[in-house]
Parts: sequence; C-alpha cells; structure tokens
Amino acid sequence: MSEATGQQHPLKLYFVIWGLLFALSTASYATDFLEHGYFRWFLILTFMFLKAGFIIAIFMHMKWERLALIWAILGPPAVLLVLIGLMAVEGDYTELTRRDFFSAPLAPTGHAEAH
Amino acid sequence: MAHSETVPAAGSNEPGWQELVGDWSADKQTFQVPWGKAMMWIFLLSDTFIFSCFLTGYMNVRISTPVEWPNPSVVFGLEVFGFNVPLLLIGIMTFVLITSSGTMALAVNFGYRRDRGRAAALMFITAAFGAIFVGMQAFEWSKLIIEEGIRPWGNPMGASQFGASFFMITGFHGLHVSAGVAYLTIVAMKVLRGDYEKKGYEIVEITGLYWHFVDLVWVFIFAFFYLW
Repeated sequence: MSEATGQQHPLKLYFVIWGLLFALSTASYATDFLEHGYFRWFLILTFMFLKAGFIIAIFMHMKWERLALIWAILGPPAVLLVLIGLMAVEGDYTELTRRDFFSAPLAPTGHAEAH
Repeated sequence: MAHSETVPAAGSNEPGWQELVGDWSADKQTFQVPWGKAMMWIFLLSDTFIFSCFLTGYMNVRISTPVEWPNPSVVFGLEVFGFNVPLLLIGIMTFVLITSSGTMALAVNFGYRRDRGRAAALMFITAAFGAIFVGMQAFEWSKLIIEEGIRPWGNPMGASQFGASFFMITGFHGLHVSAGVAYLTIVAMKVLRGDYEKKGYEIVEITGLYWHFVDLVWVFIFAFFYLW
C-alpha cells in the first residue's frame, strides 16, 4: 500500500528545484545592495513568493496532492491578510498619536497654564 | 477508476471541483493520505498562524515607532579582511538551510525507494546542516548581545522594539530548527534500524514536511526582517 500512496518523482526534478532555490536565494541576497524603495520591496517579495512556492509545491509535494488537502491547508492562511491589513492601519494610527504626544514640542495650552 | 480496498476513493476522481466536493462530502475520510501526514499538515497550518502573528506584530511595532529602525544590513554585517560585507552571516545561514532542504527532499525519495541506508544517511546530513544553522545563530545572538548591546527592551542603534522583535522571531525559529534536528536524528536512527520496513516510509516524508516548513519560515523571516 505504501508504494501506491508514496510520492515518487525523478531525482532530476529535485536537483533542478534545488538549483533554482540557490539562484533565487542569491538574487534575494543581492537586493540588499539596492536602495530602499518600491523596486527593492517588489523584488524582495517576488523572490520570497517564488522560493516559498517552489518549496511548498515541489519539496513538500503539494503539487501532487488532492484538492481537498490543498484547500484545507492553503485556504485558511488567506484570513491572515485581514489581520495584516488591520495591524498596518493600527500601526499608522499609533505612530500618528505618538508623534502628536511624544516627539513634537508641546505648544502651550490651557492645561499648561493651570500649573 | 480503480477503487482500492483499503482506502475507498471518496466521491469523484475527476480533477477539479468535483474531486474537492466529493472528498469533503463522501462521509468517509476526507484526506486520502496517511493520517500522520494529514496531522503534520494541520500542525504546520497552526504553526503558520503562530509565525504570521509574530511577523505581523513585528510589522505593527515597526510601523508604529517614530524612532528610526536600526538598519539590518549594517547590524548584521560582518567585517571580512577589512571589508564590511552586509548580511554575510545571514546569507550563509540561508544557504545552509536551503542545502538541508535539498538533502531532505532526496532522503524522502530514497525512503520511498526503500533504500533505507541512503535515506537515513541523508537525514543525518540534513540534521547536521540544521545543527550548523543553530550554531551560527548562537554566534549571531552572542555578537548582538555582547558586542552590540542589543536587548529586548532597547539598543544603541535606534527603535527599542528591534531587540524584542528580533529575539522573539529568530528565537522561535531557532527553537523549531533545534527540535527538527532532534526529530530528524530520532527518525533517521529508526529508519536505519529497519523499524519501518513493514509500515512503509511515509514517516520520512512527514519528517521532511516539518523540515521544509522550517526552511519556508526562514524565507519569510529573511525577506521581512533582514532585507526589508
């Protein structure tokens, strides 16, 4: 039975993906020499998703699994996008309030006069 | 459509939505993989949420601080022969982990070929690369704590949230690698002893799933913490 369910693929495939992962890692390391900005962030994300995709699809054999498993595993993390979106908004708000209350020299207000 | 006796093919085997709906609605087992593999996938799914929460928390504190974030490229740079190479150690650690993922993938393949000697040997090599990774991380941590004076509550370079995010995220990942080294070593010894000759070698693939996941998490940490 184990032979029937086991994932058996030619070794060559693994070597090709291995090489690709090495190339992509080199490329993502190279982005560190670029200036910070949208182009660099775009490259970082592109190489990251390509590497993650190859690891999941080929090394973890997700490509050959049935849809029932693929959707059960890859579907739920999509809700994380909501969390990331909310926390990004929240972070911006916290920064604004911090700049308002902590860093700018306080203008004299009605409260200050009370002392 | 050949229906096996032991694992009845639930619903339709047509590729696409019919297969998905059939598997989920057949009143039988949903995932037609060994139970250990399904459980490992579900564990990894929960781990995905843990690491995502850490990375999202890091994103939140990094956005919310008005103080300049320390430049990882400089903080993690190493001086080699008088040259300052940015992110050198982290780059090497990335390649060590990618290499170990490759040897793990080969181990799974040899396991299914019932070549247990090679499968076990490749698993031991994978564990050794994992141990090297943890060793380099220990070096990096000591350098940051002792020489750079980085603490979870502050550091001399900038935003004080840097240390907390760094130790939390890389520490939890390092813990996963260490656990993986132990897990790989135990399973490799059992493979070598021939414990799985009757049961089959799915266990190598299940162990491999865990190991590839550790590598996968590093891909995200490398992109978001070290390169961003």
